[in-house]
Amino acid sequence: MIRSIKPKTILILGSGALQIGQAGEFDYSGSQAIKALKEDGIFTVLINPNIATIQTSEHLADKVYFLPVNVSFVEQIIIKEKPDGILLGFGGQTALNVGVQLYEQGILEKYNVKVLGTSVETIKDTEDRQLFADKVTEVGLKVARSITAATTDEALQAAEKIGYPVMCRVAYALGGLGSGIVQNKEELKEKTDRAFAFTNQVLIEECLYGWKEVEYEIVRDAYDNCITTCSMENFDPMGIHTGDSIVVAPVQTLTAKEHFNLRAIGLKLIRHLGVVGECNIQYALDPRSGDYRIIEVNARLSRSSALASKATGYPLAFVATKLALGYSLNEVENIITKETSACFEPALDYITLKFPRWDLQKFEQVNKVLGTEMKSVGEVMAIGRSFEEVLQKAVRMLDIGMSGLVEDSLQFLDLDKEISQPTDKRIFAIARALKQGYTVDRIHELSKIDRWFLHKLKNIVDLDNSLKNFTLETLPLDVLKTVKQAGFSDKQIAEVIGCASEQVRAKRKELGVLPVVKQIDTLAAEYPAKTNYLYLTYHGQENDVMPSTEKQVIVLGSGPYRIGSSVEFDWCGVNSLMTLQKCGYKTIMINCNPETVSTDYDVSDQLYFEELSLEKILDIYEWQKPIGVVVSMGGQVPNNLALKLHKAGVNILGTSPMQIDNAESRQKFSQILDGLGIDQPEWKELTDLASAKEFAERVGYPVLVRPSYVLSGAAMSISYSKDDLELFLKKAVDINKEHSVVISKFITKAREIELDGVANNGELFCYAISEHLENAGVHSGDATLVFPPQKTYLETTRRIKKIAKEVAKALEITGPFNMQLIAKDNDIKVIECNLRASRSFPFVSKVLKINFVDIATRLMMGQSVPKLSRSSFDLDYVGVKASQFSFTRLKGSDPVTRVEMSSTGEVACLGDNLNEAFLKSIISTGFNVEPKSVLLSIGSADKKLAFLEEARALQDMGIKIYATKGTGTFLQKNNIQTEILEWAESSQPSVMSYLSDKMIDLVVAIPNNTEKVGISNGYLARRKAIDQNISLITNLEFARRYVKAISKFKMSDLKIKSWDEYV
Amino acid sequence: MMKAKLILKDGSVFEGFSFGSETGTSGEVVFNTGMVGYPETMTDPSYRGQILVMTYPLVGNYGVPSATNADDFFKYFESGAIQITALIVSEQCKDFSHFSATKSLSDWMKENNVPGIYGIDTRALTKKLRASGTMLGKIIVDETSNIEFDDPNTRNLAAEVSVKEPIKYGSGEKTVIVVDCGVKNNIIRSFVNRGVSVLRVPWNYNFSDTAADGILISNGPGDPKMCTDTIANVRAALADSRPILGICLGSQILALAAGADTYKLKYGHRGQNQPCVEMGTKKCFITSQNHGFAVDTKTLPEDWREWFANDNDDTNEGIIHISKPFFGAQFHPEGAPGPDDSEFIFDMFIRSL
Repeated sequence: MIRSIKPKTILILGSGALQIGQAGEFDYSGSQAIKALKEDGIFTVLINPNIATIQTSEHLADKVYFLPVNVSFVEQIIIKEKPDGILLGFGGQTALNVGVQLYEQGILEKYNVKVLGTSVETIKDTEDRQLFADKVTEVGLKVARSITAATTDEALQAAEKIGYPVMCRVAYALGGLGSGIVQNKEELKEKTDRAFAFTNQVLIEECLYGWKEVEYEIVRDAYDNCITTCSMENFDPMGIHTGDSIVVAPVQTLTAKEHFNLRAIGLKLIRHLGVVGECNIQYALDPRSGDYRIIEVNARLSRSSALASKATGYPLAFVATKLALGYSLNEVENIITKETSACFEPALDYITLKFPRWDLQKFEQVNKVLGTEMKSVGEVMAIGRSFEEVLQKAVRMLDIGMSGLVEDSLQFLDLDKEISQPTDKRIFAIARALKQGYTVDRIHELSKIDRWFLHKLKNIVDLDNSLKNFTLETLPLDVLKTVKQAGFSDKQIAEVIGCASEQVRAKRKELGVLPVVKQIDTLAAEYPAKTNYLYLTYHGQENDVMPSTEKQVIVLGSGPYRIGSSVEFDWCGVNSLMTLQKCGYKTIMINCNPETVSTDYDVSDQLYFEELSLEKILDIYEWQKPIGVVVSMGGQVPNNLALKLHKAGVNILGTSPMQIDNAESRQKFSQILDGLGIDQPEWKELTDLASAKEFAERVGYPVLVRPSYVLSGAAMSISYSKDDLELFLKKAVDINKEHSVVISKFITKAREIELDGVANNGELFCYAISEHLENAGVHSGDATLVFPPQKTYLETTRRIKKIAKEVAKALEITGPFNMQLIAKDNDIKVIECNLRASRSFPFVSKVLKINFVDIATRLMMGQSVPKLSRSSFDLDYVGVKASQFSFTRLKGSDPVTRVEMSSTGEVACLGDNLNEAFLKSIISTGFNVEPKSVLLSIGSADKKLAFLEEARALQDMGIKIYATKGTGTFLQKNNIQTEILEWAESSQPSVMSYLSDKMIDLVVAIPNNTEKVGISNGYLARRKAIDQNISLITNLEFARRYVKAISKFKMSDLKIKSWDEYV
Repeated sequence: MMKAKLILKDGSVFEGFSFGSETGTSGEVVFNTGMVGYPETMTDPSYRGQILVMTYPLVGNYGVPSATNADDFFKYFESGAIQITALIVSEQCKDFSHFSATKSLSDWMKENNVPGIYGIDTRALTKKLRASGTMLGKIIVDETSNIEFDDPNTRNLAAEVSVKEPIKYGSGEKTVIVVDCGVKNNIIRSFVNRGVSVLRVPWNYNFSDTAADGILISNGPGDPKMCTDTIANVRAALADSRPILGICLGSQILALAAGADTYKLKYGHRGQNQPCVEMGTKKCFITSQNHGFAVDTKTLPEDWREWFANDNDDTNEGIIHISKPFFGAQFHPEGAPGPDDSEFIFDMFIRSL
């Protein structure tokens, strides 16, 4: 049958850098796909520039290309590797779009590459709004009334026909980019003008405001067997992008008739479309009549399918791959039960809830109102046996400082508005409103959220209120049990009744109020399952599994993806688990992020899908009795728990938590450095504003303000003046009340250097030094990283190594660590040191092909590791890590890199030299490297001068140069042909009109240091460039490297070399 | 909150709180893994005599629709009454929400004098039933009352739930006799909606001389071997060529009439996600099921073949005659609640009329 002509080599397209709308879920799907292919003995070739992913690890794909996922690179890889099959459905919208282009340009046909699974014709039927609507109506099903428009005029006419308000949707856009509800003509005009910069088609649809939004995951094989593996219901009704909605699985408020009707409709449509593999279908359901509309079908693995997979335990990506190879559903085994067939629909005996994580506060001027465009950067999933339990768990999992639903710390000026115009804080506004006596009906009127959900929120608020009547001594057993079942944490209870959370814990244990461990087995206990997929609940009297008697180790995961912590820490966690298993330990992973590989069924011996909180970790620790806990692989979240866990008696593996505290506390760390005679930027712990100002005056502006124990530089800022300082200090104190705020001298025009290392009992074992392309002042998570360093003097690296040795010794490090240093004129200062794996661990590990996490884990477990024979000095190639920003999705945000991190993902490519690696990397993040025209707007005089040579190079390449007035005049004086554009839109030619008309391919806009936050010309131009999808550079060093690189390399010069051809 | 407990025959006790009717009762304890459809499930006559455990923890979310008269019951439910003896859940929803709902699950049960317990670790209970097999159990609300374990399978349950007199539905040209051993309304609706009239007759009705185009032996509660009259009537019908379709208990009766044997499953199949493979094909259907007994495939006579098998545990899910239009489906092609994947069985049967 189909399997007899099974392909020998399959090409898998990855999804590239993490960005809003396309995150870590595609590492999960790609990794599962590769495993499924390898099981069938197929040679796998993977293209993905996202170096921090698990799928690009040595143990997975046979060949890995760290190259951009675009048509030209993929074509060249096809020529080279001669695959006979290609998978398009595992790399998100990026892979799907590239797949469609490869097909349309005849490339797949030319090289005889067969698309496995869903055909491109079917993909196009689902992606093109009009084709899709036609397909739906062909089988007599209902789709939201819609008209396609190719111009703004057509869109306006369509809206007249349907009647305002209408929904405006943009075709071929990931995460619903550019879509939204439009109330009138003016709004529609503005929106469509912007949309046509990205696409040649928009859709005007009937508005389904207030309808329920539900989703189903559907699987179909080549024999027309078709099943739904998971139903999901959005807490937030239609109008908020599903990626920004709180979602529960399974559906809660649908009757059997509604549920099975939607299921039947889904199967009918999917069969008609001819999907083979996995897809997702979204519906709107009228809460007044049960009427429905089909919204869309995603004919690929998606964020929802990752969620569905983790919510049910059904390995969707694995099964989809098998089906693409021609297996029938009932030929695939249910990997969870190992007893039953994959051809079934999971029965859940628990409820799951997904909560999105936003990082909107990190962006200046961003519009915080949620709508049909996704803004969240990550998500968590909670599992429990009541809605109250999972909601409160999820709120804590987000790690946004909330201990539960009811919080007094947030301030709401206008509750009605907060509820009717949702922001990331809506659910807390609802809790506040309920507390203030709003009725469920009133909140329903404001929000259209189903009353079922609102009643549940009210239960939590009422319980919170009832707790107030008790003290620790008077708290009765039944009340304690009830609130624990409603998901209250010990800390939350302690806050209400006025005691310490340890006291609540002690009382709880004394009264025997303990959570039980339950399994996720896909079949609601109908068959015995050997599953290792676990959660804790207070709704139970019996544990499903008993702890292992073998030696076990817990590894803490990284929690939700967010700015500053994403797939790289998942890579660290998964690699640590693999090493522990190799060393003969039973492994336990604790994590709560459904987009990860670390939460996959086959990565650990036991997976607790749980909160990364002191309480839950202790619950698990005390139950499982492992030999210890690894806190150094999951980034800042577990790192911050180290000391608390240690104090509670937990054995922390590797570096002592006391030393972690020594490194995190500015005061203690500084003293240690002083003792070692290691230099650091002058600093002072902040006590009050006056002394801060005094310090700044003394060392001279600019100064850097930063709180300790923070990730990704939250609330970190450079102050160039007294006014700046006042503003920033206020913000810093708001963010973190538990830990102190530090002010330090900011060194300008300095080089920033990172050291990633592993030490054993204070002895430096291995290390990698990489340099930032940008000067100090750009957060290390946003900077472009070069490894091995190309500009740093040998003498400097030698001294850095010496410093690392001394610090490792002083902090008695055993395990991973990372140092950030600053070098200027051969002066080296230490900025900070983290005694954990860092963001760049996967990058340096993969460039070197020396797995730092593996080594660190072995050393932490007391194993001996043979000395390494290679070092970075032996490399005859360069790796460049570039950041991916998601400014396009964050309307209004100022797209400038600063000391506070704002990138959502990263890529890294290898090249024979810096320029080649740099170009490959920035192409991977979507940069245009063949501009025909460029707009220059360079702030200060010294920067203008610094860029002069590059401007001349642009001219020599025949690139048309536009510039703003100051820059233009300067260039003209220096004999560079420049056309000056005016700021004011009224005087032509203007910057804004040229950007609107896409006359410009690249904008180099280097802001002044002194530029204030607000609506400046510079901000408007940068924003316009982003909205028009024009490449934007805001950093001088980056701009100079860009010009150098494009003057040396053409696209065709970039080499197609796989990872193993370099290392 | 009034306390209540479930005591199983093996002595184990599950404590929770009472809802619905505050009375004690006893029956056979079974579990269902469906995540929706409690009104349909609870009114399914096949549950007669059983204490039903829902494995999904949240029950009653969308309330219960109004059913003030028999027609409404026919419209919204699977029979004219709540058939289960009692309901065991983790959480019962008091604040239901749905446009069609008029009352809470608890109030509905109270009106129908059916007790329930919530606050039970239903997963632990299910695992117990899975491991030791379906068990008898009793519900105690009032500690002073004396309730004995009662095995419903010793009774002729089909006779209890069957109609007493024939009833006619629909006005289609063709007619199917539905032998009511506890028929679900949706089986009748499935014919009427396809333009076929239904003559619903009591479980022991001798239909050999009744004019009709086909015979349906319905689903129903309990051990098929208790339905001796039905088995005899069907055996007589097998001599003819009038099309016969058996559903669930009906399929077992068909098998017994053909000379095959049936046996009691350890804990049965009750849910909406049971995969059934059509033998000799790669087709697999997701089906709704509710049965505690099954046909022993090995005992099928020469002229019969296994039609479907359960993809999880290989038990029989359907039988088919090699030459005559006789079919039996162990699952419920009419869903309610459940998927409609196997509805084609009605179309197939109607084509043969």
